[in-house]
Amino acid sequence: MTVDLVKESWPGKIFTVTLGATAEEGGTRSSVVKAGGHAALPFMPGDAPSPHRPVLAMQVLDYVPEDWPQQLRASLSDVVGSPADWARKCVEAHGAEMICLRLSSTHPDIKDTSPDAAAATVRSVLEAVSVPLAVFGCGNADKDNEVWPRVTEAAKGERCLMGIATPENYKTLVVACLADGHAVLAEAPIDVNIQKQLNILITEMGMPADRIVLHPGNASLGYGLEYEYSIMERIRQAGLQGDKMLAQPVLTIAGEEAWKAKEARLPESGAPTWGAAESRGPAWETVTAAAFLQSGADIVVVMHPQSAAAMQRTIAGLTTVEAKA
Amino acid sequence: MFIIGERINGMFRSVARAIRERDATAIADLARRQVEAGASALDINTGPTSDDPADVMVWLVNVAQEAVDVPMSIDSPKPAVVSAGLRACKRPAVINSTTGAAEKMDALMPLAAEHGARLIGLTIDERGIPRNAESRAEIALTLVARAMEAGISPDMLFLDPIVLPVNAAQAQGPEALDAIAAFRTLCEPAPQVIVGLSNVSQGVANRSLVNRTFLTMAMGRGLTAAILDPNDKELMDALRTANVLLNKEIYCDSYLQTGAV
Repeated sequence: MTVDLVKESWPGKIFTVTLGATAEEGGTRSSVVKAGGHAALPFMPGDAPSPHRPVLAMQVLDYVPEDWPQQLRASLSDVVGSPADWARKCVEAHGAEMICLRLSSTHPDIKDTSPDAAAATVRSVLEAVSVPLAVFGCGNADKDNEVWPRVTEAAKGERCLMGIATPENYKTLVVACLADGHAVLAEAPIDVNIQKQLNILITEMGMPADRIVLHPGNASLGYGLEYEYSIMERIRQAGLQGDKMLAQPVLTIAGEEAWKAKEARLPESGAPTWGAAESRGPAWETVTAAAFLQSGADIVVVMHPQSAAAMQRTIAGLTTVEAKA
Repeated sequence: MFIIGERINGMFRSVARAIRERDATAIADLARRQVEAGASALDINTGPTSDDPADVMVWLVNVAQEAVDVPMSIDSPKPAVVSAGLRACKRPAVINSTTGAAEKMDALMPLAAEHGARLIGLTIDERGIPRNAESRAEIALTLVARAMEAGISPDMLFLDPIVLPVNAAQAQGPEALDAIAAFRTLCEPAPQVIVGLSNVSQGVANRSLVNRTFLTMAMGRGLTAAILDPNDKELMDALRTANVLLNKEIYCDSYLQTGAV
């Protein structure tokens, strides 16, 4: 018996956001990343094919906490402490198509790194790698507002993804990104209504709708993954139905959340029945990231090299399946 | 909602003047303003004109589709004018309209099939305007059946229950609303249901209020399209709000500030 594929068509389309600028466009990147552009839900053979595959991004931190998981530290020990070397290793050894630099050290409770020093870190990473860059602040609103203008200026013309704009704190970031030609990452934790509201507020400041990437919150396997998954899916459906304020590509910071889970962190001595700690963490991170691919994540950010390799295989596997004619 | 902007109609004095003087700028401006306000298509009606109506239709279509990127709704009682308009259209159009009268269906359904055009079918036939929802549904069924015979898929058909002015036929309001719900259950895929909204307030005070109140009631019964004035902001705000209340658009505090969905 032949079973016909159910084909779905949608009236709307997801915006294509371009990150990174080559020399012709006034930047210094050797490659750009294009996210979005979809006219259907992800990986549905027979529906409109997506023009752009999900992007593998790797996270780089300018500060690593004392209690950073041993499995992560072991895999990156030669580069921790130097964001530029760390980024270079991610690109050259692990195939990262994009780097997400988190400026944790600027937090007043951590090292209170100055805006100028943060900008210098950003420059050093831009010089070390030629893939597009995302730069996220520390999450302290007052400090982020001091750091952002310096960082966007230091990366002027490189068309970075700058974040993270929240409903409580987005104006300074948006103004800085408009001035220096960057895109904005807009975050509304697990709330589709607030995500839409934030996007309207950002576009009302003059930011084009195709220079926004969505971050619908943080979650990992076992810790709210299904909530973020559902919201991401709802956002994508609304975008495909024609809601332009929810038709942006989505980024998920899978690594940061997954490595907070005790299942990823506990050493074997603490949980002998859970299997080798060495592979448990990367597995947790990979499963989290791979799940979000299914709900529409366009950029997945991971930390462990093994997770990056697994995500490359996953993305390749998902994007080479063709519908039978 | 599929919104057909009603403003390019020779019945309006300013449009009649623009047609007489072949003022393309005025027509293009009217086209642009309607699309900016959320029109998904533009109705093109030459109105009573001393010129050759087919010639005027082609001119209006060309001017409008030069200005905007949406389908045209070719609105004329004369099949020859409809045919001329369809030939001028760059993209698949809408035919406004056939009735359930055999003569009309015989003339317009082959045209719709030939041009891949969507077709508005008024639930009226040789016997006149039906008195109740059941008689409207009966004509609707005839339209659906004949469309399928002519090779037109039901989802290319817009059924219009005929809305009458509230000051002249008040009892017909609920009949038209019942008919909307009935039409949606006639076949699979469900046909679209459309109203010529401004008719409900013909000759009435507070036209805009009557229009938008009826529109939201009709949307609650399953209306999927309307011919209306997209530049009536309060009407469009009511439409957007109905979309939110019907869970067709995601709520947020500023939902009215975004472009039409």
